[in-house]
Amino acid sequence: MTSPTPRHIPDRLTSPLSRALKSWEALLCVTALAIFIANALASPYFLDPWNLSDASFNFTEKALIAFAMAMLIIAGEIDLSVASIIALASTIMGLAMSMGAPVPVLVLLGIGTGLAAGAFNGLLVTRFNLPSIVVTIGTMSLFRGISYIILGDGAYTGYPAGLAWFGQGYVWWVFSVELVLFALMAAVFYILLHRTNFGRAVFAIGNNATAARFSGIRVDRVRFTLFLLTGGMSGLAAVCLTSRLGSTRPSIATGWELEVVTMVVLGGVSILGGSGSIPGVVIAALVMGLVTFGLGLLNVPGIVMSIILGVLLIAVIALPRLWARARRA
Amino acid sequence: MTLFKSREAILAAAILGLLALIATRFPGFIAPGNLARVFTDTSPLIILALGQMVVILTKCIDLSVAANLALTGMLAAMMNGMGVPLPLILLTVVALGAVMGAVNGFFVWKLDIPSIVVTLGTMTIYRGLIFLLTDGKWINAHQMTDGFKAFPRMVILGLPVMAWIAVAVVAGFAVLVKRTALGRAFFAVGGNPHAAVYTGISVGRTQFAAFVISGALAGFTGYLWVARYAVAYVDIAGGFELDVVAACVIGGIAIAGGAGSVGGAVLGALFLGIVKNALPVVGISPFWQMAISGSAILIAIAFNAKSSAAKGRLILKTAEHRA
Repeated sequence: MTSPTPRHIPDRLTSPLSRALKSWEALLCVTALAIFIANALASPYFLDPWNLSDASFNFTEKALIAFAMAMLIIAGEIDLSVASIIALASTIMGLAMSMGAPVPVLVLLGIGTGLAAGAFNGLLVTRFNLPSIVVTIGTMSLFRGISYIILGDGAYTGYPAGLAWFGQGYVWWVFSVELVLFALMAAVFYILLHRTNFGRAVFAIGNNATAARFSGIRVDRVRFTLFLLTGGMSGLAAVCLTSRLGSTRPSIATGWELEVVTMVVLGGVSILGGSGSIPGVVIAALVMGLVTFGLGLLNVPGIVMSIILGVLLIAVIALPRLWARARRA
Repeated sequence: MTLFKSREAILAAAILGLLALIATRFPGFIAPGNLARVFTDTSPLIILALGQMVVILTKCIDLSVAANLALTGMLAAMMNGMGVPLPLILLTVVALGAVMGAVNGFFVWKLDIPSIVVTLGTMTIYRGLIFLLTDGKWINAHQMTDGFKAFPRMVILGLPVMAWIAVAVVAGFAVLVKRTALGRAFFAVGGNPHAAVYTGISVGRTQFAAFVISGALAGFTGYLWVARYAVAYVDIAGGFELDVVAACVIGGIAIAGGAGSVGGAVLGALFLGIVKNALPVVGISPFWQMAISGSAILIAIAFNAKSSAAKGRLILKTAEHRA
């Protein structure tokens, strides 16, 4: 065997990716702009403001979860159960609705179920010191399983008209409620991650959890809070989605966990933890929204869109590395 | 070493306990014929769990196995429709599966992209390709030749070929892991990548090999799956990648790499397979299935965590004691 060049697996801080990260948001912005122009050229209906506003439904609900998931991944954890949390929260909302609960109660129950599910994940991870990918593969089946137990092959429909505001309402002229919620949460999570001690603790844990613990950060408490946040945001997304669809089925939001992770990674968050930013995730959400919307206008089937998103994910991560390699050579 | 033995012993005991529990209500479940059927049903899970095991041993994960299976299965069915003889189909599906695994491995090895990202991407790409190939159409039983469908069900010595293939794969992995340099490299790379590099093992090459093995097995299972159930469509084996990872996790394969055993992966797959097969027999509605398998995973890993919390686990301890 020839002498191999040492590959330092955990030492990703000096990888080409992290060096490219400084301009990552710039790269994504250019991508978003290019897709926007391509869309505008491809379809005359694209630039219609109502159309653009409706396009937001392609990414807002997933992005709400992606903000929290970005922080979780930066801290070196992951939550694969988010889509199942949506199913569970939506089912609990439907159950309460069938008992005649009013709209505010439904909303609180949706978010509350998300928080409870997140707390359950957080407890399992922090108390048993288990890898979160394993825990959340388990809770992913468990949460959706509970929805199946409650609903079987049935569905809840006939939500009160007041609930429709979240997923179908508009504020000001053409801004959907979800789009406003997206912008609001982007700001909240930006401040939380980039402007607070809590955010700094998240980065510290992702880079070196042991060092973080010795420098006085309550690592498990931060981790638990992050799972709670992710669960809560999934609950909020469940409220929006339930409102938009006006129905609950146990198969609701299937596969979303992977789309949310894709969004986060596309946004430049290192899947190994320690680096990433909220603006990156915001732009990645816009890119993914524009891609799906543009392809929808061109009548491209959903599964072909997912191929394109898959290629985009790998290409966006691989290209900077290939480029860095070509420059070295 | 005793810890390792006990982990598998405990899992085996749990499986026996589970069988005993089911037998108290439905003695028919533990009839040899039925157990053979359950084993045959679980064969794809066993085969894929072993492939996933070597990938996880090297600190990676392969989320694309189910999509790989679905794509190769569809291609096998299409080739059958074109009149390609079965041996050629088998060769092709294994080769194609290996190529898809190699694509994953290439990105991980040469471009240093985390495997979870790569396989997340290829998972959607491979499954999307099926749609492009077929336009979403199904291939049904009557569109497949009898020979194509019969091979995995052909009974030899009381067990269908499909089950025998699982047995052969298990034996093959036992040899691979215990007796070959590559098998040891999987553990070394996952246990301590830096140390592995200094002992002359190429981390990337080893990870590449693991992905190729996982892909080739997924390709072969693709044919078995489609031939046995006599139907091929885009969503076949949807979400099965998580069952495969779950089987490994229940079997005590450390998700951080470097620790695990063939016996553990097989027992983990059997545990999950028995739970799934028993539910309808015991009269529990299929809607309970997800919640029960989710709980089983959580209980298994919580238990694993407790037993491994005491001290560090290293597979090569056995070698250390022997030396």
